[in-house]
Amino acid sequence: MEIDLSQFHAVFFEESFEGLDVMEQELLNLEEDTDLENINTVFRAAHSIKGGSATFNFSQVAEFTHVMETLLDEMRDGKRDISREIIDLLLKSVDCLRGMLNKLQDGDDVNNDYVELVDYFNQLLSNESSDNTNDNSNSNKENSLEVEGSIASLTNEQCDSATLGFTIKFVPENYILQTGNEPVRMFKELEGLGGLSVKADLSKVPNFEDLNPELCFISWELQLETKDKESDIRDVFEWVDADCLLEVVKFSDKSTEEDSDNKSIDKESKREAEPELISTVENVTPISEIKKLVPLKKEKEPLKSSKKSSSAASIRVGIDKVDTLIDLVGELVITQSMLGELGENFDVSKLEQLVSGLRDLESNTRELQESVMRIRMLPIGFIFNRMPRMVRDLSAQLGKNIELDIKGEDTELDKTVMEKIGDPLTHLVRNALDHGIESNQKRADDGKHEEGKVTLNAFHQGGNIIIEIEDNGGGINPEIIYKKAVEKGLIEDGIEIPEAQIIGLIMEPGFSTAEVVSDVSGRGVGLDVVKRNINNLGGSVEISSVVGKGTKFTIRLPLTLAILDGQLIRSADEVYVIPLASIVESIPLSGIKITKIAGNMSVYKNGNEYIPIVDLREEFAIKTEKQSTNEGLIAIVEGENRKIAIKIDELLGQQQVVIKSLESHYKCIQGVSGATILGDGRVSLILDIVGLSRRSSERAAIARDKVA
Amino acid sequence: MTRILAVDDSSSMRQMVTFTLKTAGFDVVDAEDGVKALALAKNSKFDVVVTDVNMPNMDGITLCSELRKLPNFKFTPILMLTTESSGDKKQAGRAAGATGWIVKPFNPEQLLATVKKVVG
Repeated sequence: MEIDLSQFHAVFFEESFEGLDVMEQELLNLEEDTDLENINTVFRAAHSIKGGSATFNFSQVAEFTHVMETLLDEMRDGKRDISREIIDLLLKSVDCLRGMLNKLQDGDDVNNDYVELVDYFNQLLSNESSDNTNDNSNSNKENSLEVEGSIASLTNEQCDSATLGFTIKFVPENYILQTGNEPVRMFKELEGLGGLSVKADLSKVPNFEDLNPELCFISWELQLETKDKESDIRDVFEWVDADCLLEVVKFSDKSTEEDSDNKSIDKESKREAEPELISTVENVTPISEIKKLVPLKKEKEPLKSSKKSSSAASIRVGIDKVDTLIDLVGELVITQSMLGELGENFDVSKLEQLVSGLRDLESNTRELQESVMRIRMLPIGFIFNRMPRMVRDLSAQLGKNIELDIKGEDTELDKTVMEKIGDPLTHLVRNALDHGIESNQKRADDGKHEEGKVTLNAFHQGGNIIIEIEDNGGGINPEIIYKKAVEKGLIEDGIEIPEAQIIGLIMEPGFSTAEVVSDVSGRGVGLDVVKRNINNLGGSVEISSVVGKGTKFTIRLPLTLAILDGQLIRSADEVYVIPLASIVESIPLSGIKITKIAGNMSVYKNGNEYIPIVDLREEFAIKTEKQSTNEGLIAIVEGENRKIAIKIDELLGQQQVVIKSLESHYKCIQGVSGATILGDGRVSLILDIVGLSRRSSERAAIARDKVA
Repeated sequence: MTRILAVDDSSSMRQMVTFTLKTAGFDVVDAEDGVKALALAKNSKFDVVVTDVNMPNMDGITLCSELRKLPNFKFTPILMLTTESSGDKKQAGRAAGATGWIVKPFNPEQLLATVKKVVG
């Protein structure tokens, strides 16, 4: 039977990466608290990766994890202290393994960087000589098992060709059956080696009334005609060699009778003879032989690992979620068949039933939709768990004492959103460490606790997930920001801006407050990119800060990118969807005053602010017979702190819409974020408020230029 | 049909073992640790148990001795999957009532050959 092991590679990689994450996390915990269970968890993770990599022929990974495991084993047994150096080494190894696995996953060869670490491990391990010898003998034994087959064929040739068979005396301990070993099965296996005759010795079997059927009182003498060597026969009894008396004696053609006669030695002396026999079997495999054979094994590797692994993205879903889905589908089927029956011979008297059936259908569908969406939801811990390592390394690099507090790591959000929020979040945490928390000296001067603290928190609020990154550092001084913003030409001097907005300026393009661009967060990617990435996900960032106390970044993100709470609106004959969250208010056109300013731009004065009006008919050049009247209304919408008023003819219903990408089906259009299919089958465009406001102001600018 | 209980915390190994045994025509149920395996064993009959040693919640050695306490598993062959070819673990396994062992790394053929030793 041929089984292609590469089909398990994807799972192996997935679980290995998970294992590495667990190792990293537990290693960080170890630094605070040397709990045995933590070491056990790290050990198990390394052990699993070792076992899997050896099985799936990733021998370098197996080699590496083997030395790691040896060290971890010593830590587990208390033979080695858990020092920061060791944890550093192990963390470095985790990184290295991650790199190796990444390469293997892409079908590339592993480069030899890891060898240095392996050497280092070996050096470390050999310092404690007594333990080390133990390990060597272990790994040698392992090797000997791997190459067992080849050795068998070698020694076979050395075997006496005159041998025709063996006499086997097998006296099991009476509990043998309770180890799951059934003598009859072993005899069957022996039969596979050659002609077998079995003689049972029933002399020890007690009287029937005293007989305990769970015990074995029988012993056997077997004659096996075979060309195989003695160790093959002993292999059959390998699992029971401690639970029986076993004697295997060669017989050759002429001396069969005498030999078997000579073997009637009493029980006690056999007991003593047994260990000796075993030790001779082990001597059959000289180490030099093994060493010669090992390279053979290595040559095989490239063949198997050269296969490119196609790793389709997958997610792990809790069984409870799947069960809920199955239940819901079950209910849906029931409702469907109920409705189907109703439809077969429908009359008006059954109207009520129909209405209730449809109501069921609606609730089934909604629940099903929610549950399907939940499949894509993963706990944000996936990202939060990256942070402790980063905080550890970074704070050491910056020479600051910083504690990281993580809350709400079980809060779930959509996988796609999670993948995209990882980098911005990392950036904000880096920023908090670098710019947020003051230096130890400064904290001491200000009379603050020397240890800085960064808190990560996540929770659900309505249809959103809120992520907070808070530090107890120096805070942001609005005056400095204001000055800087004037300097950079972002605002004009003398303009009065609310404090919150001033602080918000640090996320504008071209703004960097750090006096010295540091290695840590000054990587050319600024907070403006963070903000843009979050906005692209349909989210927003807010900053609040108190000078001397700290800063808090609050990220608000939609739970999913696949569904949107939408407000349906009509303009001429077209129906559009406006994201509900972006709507501030809607006002009938008749009740407001529209002013025309520069060029042909209409604005609506609302209190002190002027809001540009966007007419969808003009914007999207809708062809219609109907004239634009004053009977419609305007919907004031906000995106990225900019408001626009969209002129519409009618507000229709609100509903959740499933977002279909326009880009992949047609092309990207500014002002439109996607499309959806309405209940009547029509396609409706979903408006992108930020894009729309940009688009209309560009159009207005062109118009103004023309006028000028 | 011969029913086998396969226990391993590593999903790739579990899949490999399960797939191999199923392909060979066995009926396989899998579990990811000793606790889950024991729960399965209490409610069902198996002809062979193949279990990993190092697992969270309940390791293979404990699982083995727990299984031996169940009337249905008194004589059932229990095979240990172990990377440790050292005598220690084997001895511990034997003391717990394990039937035999398969040393990792093993390939599907070796697994099948070993399982067939204790079947039928």
